[in-house]
Amino acid sequence: MALKASQLKVGDTHSERVATNLTRTQIVMYCGASGDYNPLHADEVYVTKAAGYPSVFAHGMLTMGMTGRMLTNYVGDGRLTKFGVRFTNQVWPGDDLDAKATVAALREENGQHFVDLTLSTTNQDGKEVVSGSATARIDP
Amino acid sequence: MAKITFPVEASHIMMFARAIGDTNPVYQDAEAAKKTEVGGIIAPPTFPQAVAQFDPDYHLRWRPNQPWFGSGKTPSGVEGKPSSSGGLHAEQHFEYFRPLRPGDVLSVETKPGETWERESKRAGKLTFRERITEYRDQNGELVVRARSVGVTTERPVAQG
Repeated sequence: MALKASQLKVGDTHSERVATNLTRTQIVMYCGASGDYNPLHADEVYVTKAAGYPSVFAHGMLTMGMTGRMLTNYVGDGRLTKFGVRFTNQVWPGDDLDAKATVAALREENGQHFVDLTLSTTNQDGKEVVSGSATARIDP
Repeated sequence: MAKITFPVEASHIMMFARAIGDTNPVYQDAEAAKKTEVGGIIAPPTFPQAVAQFDPDYHLRWRPNQPWFGSGKTPSGVEGKPSSSGGLHAEQHFEYFRPLRPGDVLSVETKPGETWERESKRAGKLTFRERITEYRDQNGELVVRARSVGVTTERPVAQG
């Protein structure tokens, strides 16, 4: 269901739990689907003994993908016109992630209504792992 | 950089949706997707990044009979200490002109954007590199534009 401009106001929020106890298996699934097989994400031996990290960690794009899931559940299918993020902290196996969209602006251009959203995905410690923004076409 | 041909396929979309934990039928159930506003299966918004599968020279895919920096007998198959991580993803931005659908055959071209540097307490000197990628469909129409910022760090980014 698409959002309606008439039923939205600046400051409205939508949030979803997008990861619960994130697993290494899900990260490996993302390697396979995306084609990004960087051992930093899938190879605990490499990442701890050669690269110097405490463990494998999620692709930024996996966190963006999970954030996008919250976003498309909110704005509807095929409604996004823009979606951009910064990766502000790493996401580790075991993390719980909550993704939130906040209505920043409601606009109308040439008769088409749009919503601008700010995005924030945080982990179980309240630390932001993704910050971003998105724009979607909405109904009047 | 050469143009990459990226055929958009339903099974690939399904696997991608599974990997991001998205059970929305519009990504995996053709019958259910027909009844939605978009009228059929579409790809999730971050799917364009899966173009990596179709890049013949993609450096983050293992290949037979070539050195690979992941572990085998030793923690890294490449001699010497890897240069921290080889790069992390700092930013990703998409502009969408229409959803991607199974059957689309995209022509994808990436061009370098700006480069800049910054000092960081956590990771030393950071070098940022921007890349702009345009995805055009079989009719030559621009369907997605992406801007990616990668960062290489002097040392691994401490957890925290």
